[in-house]
Amino acid sequence: MKKLLQICLLTLIPLGAFASGGMDLDSADIDLTDKDSLENGAHLYVQYCLGCHSTKYIRYLNLADDFGVEQQEILDKVAPERAGIYDKMLTAMNGHDAKKWFGVRPPDLSLIARSRGADWLYSYLRSFYADPNKPLGVNNAIFPDVGMPNPLWKLQGKQTAVFETVDDQQVITELVLEKPGTMSAEEFDKSVNDIVNFLVYAGEPAQVERQSMGKYVLFFILLFGVIAYLLKKEYWKDIH
Amino acid sequence: MKSNYLNDCTSWVCRRFPMAKLWNDHMAQYYAPKNFNFWYFFGSLALLVLVNQFITGILLTMNYKPDASLAFDSVEYIMREVPWGWLVRYMHSTGASAFFIVVYLHMFRGLIYGSYKQPRELIWIFGMLIFLALMAEAFMGYLLPWGQMSYWGAQVIISLFSAIPVIGDDLSLWVRGDYVISDATLNRFFAFHVIAIPLILVMLVFLHIIALHEVGSNNPDGIEIKDSKDPWGHPVDGIPFHPYYTVKDIVGVAVFMFFFATVIFYMPEMGGYFLEHANFIPADPLATPEHIAPVWYFTPFYAILRAIPDKFAGVIAMGGAIVVLFLLPWLDRSPVRSIRYRGGIYKKAIVLFVISFIGLGYLGMQPPTAGATIFARILTAIYFAFFLLMPIYTRWERPKPLPKRVNEEPGLEDRIPAIKQSFAAMTHDVPETRDGHTVMHTRPDASGIAHELSKLGRKIIRSLD
Repeated sequence: MKKLLQICLLTLIPLGAFASGGMDLDSADIDLTDKDSLENGAHLYVQYCLGCHSTKYIRYLNLADDFGVEQQEILDKVAPERAGIYDKMLTAMNGHDAKKWFGVRPPDLSLIARSRGADWLYSYLRSFYADPNKPLGVNNAIFPDVGMPNPLWKLQGKQTAVFETVDDQQVITELVLEKPGTMSAEEFDKSVNDIVNFLVYAGEPAQVERQSMGKYVLFFILLFGVIAYLLKKEYWKDIH
Repeated sequence: MKSNYLNDCTSWVCRRFPMAKLWNDHMAQYYAPKNFNFWYFFGSLALLVLVNQFITGILLTMNYKPDASLAFDSVEYIMREVPWGWLVRYMHSTGASAFFIVVYLHMFRGLIYGSYKQPRELIWIFGMLIFLALMAEAFMGYLLPWGQMSYWGAQVIISLFSAIPVIGDDLSLWVRGDYVISDATLNRFFAFHVIAIPLILVMLVFLHIIALHEVGSNNPDGIEIKDSKDPWGHPVDGIPFHPYYTVKDIVGVAVFMFFFATVIFYMPEMGGYFLEHANFIPADPLATPEHIAPVWYFTPFYAILRAIPDKFAGVIAMGGAIVVLFLLPWLDRSPVRSIRYRGGIYKKAIVLFVISFIGLGYLGMQPPTAGATIFARILTAIYFAFFLLMPIYTRWERPKPLPKRVNEEPGLEDRIPAIKQSFAAMTHDVPETRDGHTVMHTRPDASGIAHELSKLGRKIIRSLD
């Protein structure tokens, strides 16, 4: 029995410990009611991401409607030059070229927040570090050997990784900012958070509406439940 | 009675169609035992979810495109551009999981109260066929969003057919209509999902209910209410289904809808269990996901498949896990139906069975490590032992004497004093002085909680004898 228990414990531990290797994820601060953050996130997305990654299920018009701002403001502040309000957020990059340059076609990011999760994106975008062995000179601690360069390097500056050898394997323990960029660390984290906030919105634009509607629906069902219960009690009075 | 337009119409129909007779036979004069408890809500709830799936499914079909190059986009089109499309889609996707939750609980009810036993074997068989059709429906429906998990899940499951000797490869090719999952597969799955299987489901539900109403419902005491009748020939412990159980089931509907709406509005992905994260990536035949897991409701059977080292034997075991359920009415040799009057061995066997089913469900979602495989094998052995040893242990144990009449079920309000009492035992009042006033605060009491827990533990252990 004791032996069986030991086997049980030993086999359970690896089950629980199963997680992606490398560094732990930092949590993003997602607030879809913060329209300024969303608009800034969309602006940064168009500046730094749209060059390679489309968000094809979103139109600029959606941004104006969902952020509650004038269409002209979206065209002036967010959309690339000469984009129309009805245009989808498509990239100008040719997929075949991209494949030649980076090895993979940059994926559409409309649903990336739903497949990867906000915390993963937030951590990933902040975890690029200088690695001279890579063709583009950077690597990523969250997504090792990723084909993507660090689009935000000007803002963030240059990070390097501190390695430690654990079980004969090189493990990254922390990333150190070697040369600061145009933004302070706090400003940069806030900017990345805004981009992630925008991507979470893009993953499911209906979610704000959905959550705000939920409480009324639940309240109605609760009320309906109380009435149904009283009705049942009234009918069942004569059952003994 | 004064003749009016409505009455004329009704009698015109009744002379031509047995409307009143059907209503009376199945609702107003169908006598159901009066002691139904919590477990008896799930039959009507399953019907509710079926209706939900039909209505939302029809609405989805109006905007969905069964085409490999358009399917994924059309689902996102529904989620974003179609008015209320997101609600309809979430009702349908959450409904699929809700269907299995409700059906598993419904089947478990049948298991603990012996509802499958003579003379209700056919009800159980029809029910099992519904379960089978439901699994086919869910499996084919899961391919339609054309995400990575849709694609690779289908690829893994259909490739199981190729494990069958001799005809396997040709069979799986025939099922897919191509060498890999492709547009041809999507189109035929769509046809099955929206027409063929729903038709079969509706017919089976009809048969299930007709068979039930022929022999009458079982109840938590597992005795026949028809054995004691009043002078008018009605069972003394029976009450008309309508209005008593219609109003009662509406309460169940409200409780169910509360949970259902909570999931739809606040957690439609249910942490990746109802909508898997990898399914938000479009299907890519060239990129296999690192970890392929079916949706939660298939995982117990998937874990059995993986537990067996040989692929073909695994397929047989997975099929066998469902086939043994069909045989249940003949495996159980106990003279009593309900768990309330069975001996301790059966109760402990049920506990082991529940542990093995939930454990297999968990393991089916995890990547197959060596340790997990050992566990899955132990649990698979327990799963099959529960059924295959049943003819022995149900004959072996001594049942308790059956009552003549059904027991009164305590209502919700009858339980309140006991709940209050145990709440009082688990807390104590602490006086606290603030601004010259002394206020009594109720604080949790550690020793009280420990005492109540040990009382509960003892009660559970006692109930296993």
